Amino acid sequence: MSQTVEMTAELPGTFYTRESPGSEPYVSVGATVSVGDTVGLIEVMKMFNPVVSTVAGTVVEVCVEAEDSVDVGDVLLRVEVS
Amino acid sequence: MAIEVKKPGLATSVQDQGRQGNYHLGIPPSGAMDQMSFRAANLLLGNEETAAALECALLGPELTFSEDTQVAVTGARMQPSLDGEQKPLDTVLDVRAGETLAFGFASAGARGYLAVSGGIDVPVVLGSRSTYALGALGGLHGRTLQPGDLLETGKPPPARPVGKTIPSSMQVPVSREREIRVVLGLYDARVEVQSLKRFLSEPWQVASESDRIGYRFKGGTPLNFVPREPPFGAGDDPSNIVDACYPIGSIQVPSGQQPIVLHRDAVSGGGYMMIGTVISADMDVFGQMPPNTSVRFVDVSLEQALQARAERRQRLDGIRAALRG
Repeated sequence: MSQTVEMTAELPGTFYTRESPGSEPYVSVGATVSVGDTVGLIEVMKMFNPVVSTVAGTVVEVCVEAEDSVDVGDVLLRVEVS
Repeated sequence: MAIEVKKPGLATSVQDQGRQGNYHLGIPPSGAMDQMSFRAANLLLGNEETAAALECALLGPELTFSEDTQVAVTGARMQPSLDGEQKPLDTVLDVRAGETLAFGFASAGARGYLAVSGGIDVPVVLGSRSTYALGALGGLHGRTLQPGDLLETGKPPPARPVGKTIPSSMQVPVSREREIRVVLGLYDARVEVQSLKRFLSEPWQVASESDRIGYRFKGGTPLNFVPREPPFGAGDDPSNIVDACYPIGSIQVPSGQQPIVLHRDAVSGGGYMMIGTVISADMDVFGQMPPNTSVRFVDVSLEQALQARAERRQRLDGIRAALRG
């Protein structure tokens, strides 16, 4: 039985799905992630902080749009744990 | 006693009451953004009220202590834990030698204040231990904390009874909607009357880039300026003025787009018109506003501002009376 884990924001700020406008998104639906992989960035106080995966599995949903404002505890993505 | 920084947190810095009297040279006051919570943390421990403490922005540090001591955490709702065991905020905590202090996410507010018995002992620079990171001045090596840093502490006062707590009525509010009181001027006449009214009636949201230098707001309607010929020495943008001093708390609106309220690490002057200045009594609140907090700017008179300043002083006196002895 697979289990889905919600990855939540540990910081408030602006969520970014890619490192720069020209680069590929860190993850999209269907992507495989490992523990420690960067899955996005949260910008706050002019600092870009990596959002790091705490689980290994497959991304089943990206819950925020690029450059959305996020608050602490907001669900960023759902990962089906492998 | 030494405190070792295992993890620095997002932007943790040594802060105290700040350094006054150098702003005309471009050196801002710095110091704890939320002075009320900072002072309360020291008062809990029986420290000097302005002993240097750690200001922990949004994501707290992980610290280990070389000796038994006492600490207090006030301000943002960032749950402290010692060796994994959750501890309360706003109270005196015993720490044993070797224990690790960590923090949970900031569920409300933006800056936790960690006071340690005896205060953080870094060199006094121009009358203060506060960190001014932009100018690489004060604090620990003029910067925010890094992994592996060692902090020394001053001579501890006699230990306080564990459990002494700040009454909740005396804590700085951490709600997500705020009213910020403003005295208009000196350049509000540059803005059309209806536009100024709208500025004061709309909610503005704290932008994510807000920091100790300034708080930027978004979500409101851009200002309409009164047409004019730029005076000699002013830039061409309608928001430009002949360079002037920027008071702490002044609200500049570059190009009329997004207001910026200058805070304790601000630059001291420049060429943007200031629509008004936040009253001193409301400056603490900024320290507890994370991004996305909704703010309304409320126009008050100078008399009301002075009254609010007196009330803030009374509130601080109340905390002193409740926590001394």
